[in-house]
Amino acid sequence: MTGRAKTVGQGIAIAAVVGLLALLVWKLAFGDGQGAAGSLAKGENPVAPAFTLSRLDAADGKVSLADFKGKPVVVNFWASWCIPCKDEAPALQKTYEQYRKQELVVIGVDAQDFRQDAKRFVKRFGITYPVVYDGSGSTLGKWGVTGFPETFFVDRSGRLVGERIQGGIDTERNRAAYAEGVRLALGEAP
Amino acid sequence: MTRFLAAALAALALVGSAAAAGTPVQADLEAEIVCPTCKTTLDQSSSPIATRMKDYIRVRIAAGDSAAEIKAQLVEQFGPAVLAEPPKRGFDLLAWLLPLGALAVGVVVVATLAWTWSRRRDGEDAAAESALDPDLERRVDEELARYDA
Repeated sequence: MTGRAKTVGQGIAIAAVVGLLALLVWKLAFGDGQGAAGSLAKGENPVAPAFTLSRLDAADGKVSLADFKGKPVVVNFWASWCIPCKDEAPALQKTYEQYRKQELVVIGVDAQDFRQDAKRFVKRFGITYPVVYDGSGSTLGKWGVTGFPETFFVDRSGRLVGERIQGGIDTERNRAAYAEGVRLALGEAP
Repeated sequence: MTRFLAAALAALALVGSAAAAGTPVQADLEAEIVCPTCKTTLDQSSSPIATRMKDYIRVRIAAGDSAAEIKAQLVEQFGPAVLAEPPKRGFDLLAWLLPLGALAVGVVVVATLAWTWSRRRDGEDAAAESALDPDLERRVDEELARYDA
């Protein structure tokens, strides 16, 4: 190989290695693999990741988180095939009814699920709060959702507050954190 | 005999076309569809949603849907990532073309290197031949002449 070709080859190899290293550094420095949940776990109050999804009951109707700007919101990620989601459904509906006068909204995000199955679920549990459909799970990464169900609390300023609840809300382990999340979203004094 | 062969060939052609356009096979579809929660193909997963999707495929096959129709329905529900193989059109075509492009580049690089190395080896051999010490060459010639005599 001529000296010139060798130098060019080495230059390309070094450039490729440097490029890959730069990507790795960028990912470590700026990439947040845990989404908003990761920031929340660090004690921060990130702005709730925006989404616009189709309503479960009407494929042509869209619901955005921004539609509820200025209101406290409980965002619940669920799927009809998830057992704890069935267990917590009545408690979520109860929250929606109990705090409706204080403008609190519960939004159900049905993800990685068949739309028809989800519709049956909503009917079976008498859910009346807005439910959106995210079949591909496009919102999960931004929120940092790793399983179902997971519940987040958004205050009136649009920021996440409280803890991310992993698992059913109506369990001994999560009941207190759920009540605290609702209180923080409403902006009530302890 | 000729008639028998013609009939056999026609029968084979019919069977082949029926298999190509006929009833989809559950196992084939399970190997071509990805479970959205575990990111493996359905045949490798027993997660709740994978089990539900297998049931769905079974029902749709029984209802007479083709493989393409079933895949389209699943893509509509779960997005294109549900397909184990990206579609051969649009931007997804890159997933098929890039490896071929990389292979072609690799072949060109290896061929170029092999050609360059072989040329260098020839050059080195020639240089080694001509690099013989003149005094030594003279002595070798003398020895050879004496040997011949």
